[in-house]
Amino acid sequence: MKSNDHITLAHGSGGLQTHRLIRELFLEYFGNEFLNPLEDGAILQTNSDKLVFTTDSHVVKPLFYPGGDIGKLAISGTVNDLAVCGAIPRWISCGMIIEEGFAISDLEKIVISMKQTADLADVQIVTGDTKVVEKGNADGIYINTAGIGTLIEGVDLGTHQIRIGDSVIINGYIGDHGAAIIQAREEFPVSFEIDSDCRPLNKETIALLSKLDGIRIMRDPTRGGVATTLNEFVSGKMFGIQINENHLPIRPVVQGLCEPLGFDPLNLANEGKILIIIDPNEAQGALEILRSFPEDVHSSTIGQVVAEPAGKVILKTSIGSSRIIDMLSGEMLPRIC
Amino acid sequence: MLKYIDEFRNPDLVKSVVSEIHREFSGNSIKLMEVCGGHTITIFKYGIQKLLPDDIHLISGPGCPVCVTDIGYIDKVIALAHIENVIIASFGDMIRVPGSRSSLQKEKGCGIDIRICYSPMDAVHIAEKNQDKEIVFLGIGFETTAPAVAASVTFATDNGINNYSVLSAHKTMPQAMKVLLDSGEIDINGFICPGHVSAITGVHIYDFITNEYRIPCVISGFEPLDMLESILMILRQLNTGNATVENQYLRSVRENGNIHAAKLMMEVFEPVDTEWRGIGTIPGSGLGIRQKYRSFDANWKFNIEIEPAREYTGCICGDIMRGVKTPTDCGLFAKICHPEDPKGSCMVSDEGTCATWYKYSTRD
Repeated sequence: MKSNDHITLAHGSGGLQTHRLIRELFLEYFGNEFLNPLEDGAILQTNSDKLVFTTDSHVVKPLFYPGGDIGKLAISGTVNDLAVCGAIPRWISCGMIIEEGFAISDLEKIVISMKQTADLADVQIVTGDTKVVEKGNADGIYINTAGIGTLIEGVDLGTHQIRIGDSVIINGYIGDHGAAIIQAREEFPVSFEIDSDCRPLNKETIALLSKLDGIRIMRDPTRGGVATTLNEFVSGKMFGIQINENHLPIRPVVQGLCEPLGFDPLNLANEGKILIIIDPNEAQGALEILRSFPEDVHSSTIGQVVAEPAGKVILKTSIGSSRIIDMLSGEMLPRIC
Repeated sequence: MLKYIDEFRNPDLVKSVVSEIHREFSGNSIKLMEVCGGHTITIFKYGIQKLLPDDIHLISGPGCPVCVTDIGYIDKVIALAHIENVIIASFGDMIRVPGSRSSLQKEKGCGIDIRICYSPMDAVHIAEKNQDKEIVFLGIGFETTAPAVAASVTFATDNGINNYSVLSAHKTMPQAMKVLLDSGEIDINGFICPGHVSAITGVHIYDFITNEYRIPCVISGFEPLDMLESILMILRQLNTGNATVENQYLRSVRENGNIHAAKLMMEVFEPVDTEWRGIGTIPGSGLGIRQKYRSFDANWKFNIEIEPAREYTGCICGDIMRGVKTPTDCGLFAKICHPEDPKGSCMVSDEGTCATWYKYSTRD
């Protein structure tokens, strides 16, 4: 397959060109014992009683951005959804919808990135599908990944486990992915350097769950940011969450981007963060485990579960007052002045 | 953490100014009005009201540029957007504002071409890159944004960019403050005056308020300490019976403002009567494009006629912008009017009173 070629409708026809694309690109990088026979499905075996199954479609603009690309995102996103459920991610499917005219060299970069991320997360891509749509009918490439993981024995996470007094932890800086995407889109006259935090988090979640019993729930605060995920935890519940503005790990460069545009870092997307609610007696232990990973040295306790006001997320502001933190509503738009 | 910002959020300094406010407060209930969306945000984002004595009431006036924009203007923009080869360029929060029948955001889903800009110069660059299209920039905002829009027009003039025009709904602040005072609907004991507007105009535009109405005015910055210090300065004026224009925002506002920017603004624009959403027409409070720059005036270039505008029944944005009512007085607030589907303009912009209340204050 020549790297200066472009995707044509023939690559999605199911015929010769499709097979060449699969063999010369996808199998070249993804190849493993499940995928290689190119059957219609992969036969998987597990000793676990409980499987965790998830799916996510990835549409990101631009496709390549500082610290990541749609391929890395497609694997990390699905791996992380499994990881925060308490599963060991095992197998991933990969469905691609590609726009006619898409450069094969770019597709190869994406495939290599997916392979590297899958290796990092110790998952295999075991089945896939490719479709090509006419030029103008898609924005480059869309990738759907579904994932299957095996639930770690004895793990039962969920909002039903949350108790008043529990601690709220995050594994590092907030909003890096959202800021990197804003920068990469070049919509605003801002110049700064920030990499997306996009990466798989299953090593962290497995380490936490294997050493601690007090983890109540974990979730990755992706679209809508930390504000939205915290609200998901408390919505309709008999408890609230109070977070402390002074304890939020936010890079000065991200804060500096948000100030003039009127954005809140708590609304920016993250692709390498976990919000963890945990027994307060185990919070310190969790921080120590997290900080043993080089990417997670800025892990912090950012707040706690409180009785009042129930169903709400309250921010204790840096000047000692308080306000409500709501879910992100609509798309983020810069304000006028 | 952030140079030049963190010092104005220092909790210890905040504590000492807050206790000074409590010491200075006479105990008689007072209403202080800010007329700047940026101030509205700071008050709610940092929970300033909760730090004050209960009887100091902070109320928001018509200071959110998106909120005061007349509904007929939105209808006109939507009509313009449907003309073939027209690209609408706008500040971000305009696109959600409901017109009589639709909003730009809803129309975007139907295929109109609208681009979000951070600065009017972005729109000029879009014009340079799309010479077969007509780019219409939505000129809204007060003295803060009008000079930058004026600069985009002179740049387009100097560089022969003829496919660029501005639909101006710019407004100037002092006349609106006068209308509020003359209406007698609300007793205002002090004005927290807009820092960014004053940075352009200088401090003397508020002289009539202190001279004729004997109401203290303090020009304020946008950080929590700025606003608390401004409140303290107003209290001290009230306690001594003074009414003067004081400038708390010394690091940005000079006595005579930014003369260059103000001159540029008046080179391109001239005072015109304009419609304020919820308030009505205020003579001489708008900025229209001068005859000399007529070819950059989208009103002249496209001559759009629209049907009479209509507000959403039950919406009290007008009363809220005049400071007469608060969002919780509105039957629509947080029930059928919320940021995802705003019925009135105050629910749209992050600076709008309803949106800010919705976002930051405790709701049932």
